[in-house]
Amino acid sequence: MFSYTFQWKQALKALPQMLDGALVTLQIALLSMAIGLVIAIILTLFRMSGNRILSGFATAWVEIARNTPALFQIYMAHFGLGSFGIHLSPFTSLLVGIVFNNAGYLAENFRGALKAIPDTQTRAGRSLGMSSLQAFRLIVMPQMLRIAFLPVTNQMVWAILMTSLGVTVGMNTDLTGVTQDLNARSFRTFEFFAIAAVIYYVIAKAVTLAARAFASRMFRY
Amino acid sequence: MIEIENVRKSFGELEVLKGINLTVDKGEVLTVIGGSGSGKSTLLTCINGLEPIDAGRIVIDGTDVHAKSTNLNKLRQKVGIVFQQWNAFPHLTVLENVMLAPRKVLGLSKAEAEAIAVRQLTHVGLAEKLSVYPNRMSGGQQQRMAIARALAMSPEYMLFDEVTSALDPMLVGEVLDTLRMLASEGMTMICVTHEMKFAREVSDRVAFFHQGVMAEIAPPEQLFDAPQHAETKKFLAATH
Repeated sequence: MFSYTFQWKQALKALPQMLDGALVTLQIALLSMAIGLVIAIILTLFRMSGNRILSGFATAWVEIARNTPALFQIYMAHFGLGSFGIHLSPFTSLLVGIVFNNAGYLAENFRGALKAIPDTQTRAGRSLGMSSLQAFRLIVMPQMLRIAFLPVTNQMVWAILMTSLGVTVGMNTDLTGVTQDLNARSFRTFEFFAIAAVIYYVIAKAVTLAARAFASRMFRY
Repeated sequence: MIEIENVRKSFGELEVLKGINLTVDKGEVLTVIGGSGSGKSTLLTCINGLEPIDAGRIVIDGTDVHAKSTNLNKLRQKVGIVFQQWNAFPHLTVLENVMLAPRKVLGLSKAEAEAIAVRQLTHVGLAEKLSVYPNRMSGGQQQRMAIARALAMSPEYMLFDEVTSALDPMLVGEVLDTLRMLASEGMTMICVTHEMKFAREVSDRVAFFHQGVMAEIAPPEQLFDAPQHAETKKFLAATH
């Protein structure tokens, strides 16, 4: 009934290949977070702007990103845009899909954080002669990023794990893609995916710990 | 010179300023007293354009504050304001709080801004607190920091909006001392306050606001010792 023989030795030989894949995974996750953060800040500004078109656009983005499967978002970037003749590589469409998702979640985190910052902070900045953008950038945003830091870290971990969806659009260079290839050639499914899971775990944990260390250095107030 | 001509201001249905006329000369210390909701704090926020007005005009050294063409960011460098809630920037040290606007708004170098900030903080008695974060300080210290932060822009006018109202009674004195010092140095000031003793002591003139109207304005001896208006008498009787 249990006749499967583990072939760890065989599987571990592929570790260097898998670690290369892990680097690609990390690269996509980091890029998607960096771009996602910038877009989320812009979406936050749109929502604060009082302009109905801008805030409507931002709200729609956040709503769609948060209430539809991440897999569909990546599909849309790859096959959906493909229908209109816009053909993105697996790497790019994976990145676009995750950026879309990240930006939506992060913008929502920022909205929550903004509620914790009194309007009088902006007013104090304006009364010193700052423009509204300066007051946002110099006074509100640093506080917002601090308050939202924990949910932002969670999103980073989520972004790392989401990259595994790339395999559905033909991504074969990231950790899941490499693992899937190895699996297809050897059928050592359990071993390869167990190793990949451990690598994902280690990356995710390392990011969380690094974020915590960063926070304790940065946020001294 | 600050010229306030027939200024009206409503929040929804409620008219909080019902035609205020007032001129404040360079070097003058004006205190504004009156009950809550009399419109005195609103007037201050209208003077530096943080609130729009519905009618009339406010002119500062020839610049119409609420004219479309007025660069408010520029004007506010000249007119400092300190609020009841001091609004320390919590993510910056005391020194950085005071340096921020000189650097980013006036475009001064780090060294120049730091020199100004250190000077102003020393002036208000916070030379020992430069690298401290605001949440480590008392309300009185944070309020003095807010005053230094406004002064670091070298304003020509200072507006003080009930700056001691949110403080523990123990801490009021240190902030009033700072205001007294500024007054004695010749700063043009409008202070909205509930501190009658202070008002009597530092003011050139005291204005009494009642329900959106400036009911009476006079030198302190006259306003406090021989008030003319019935509402002024009532208010002073209630606060003494």
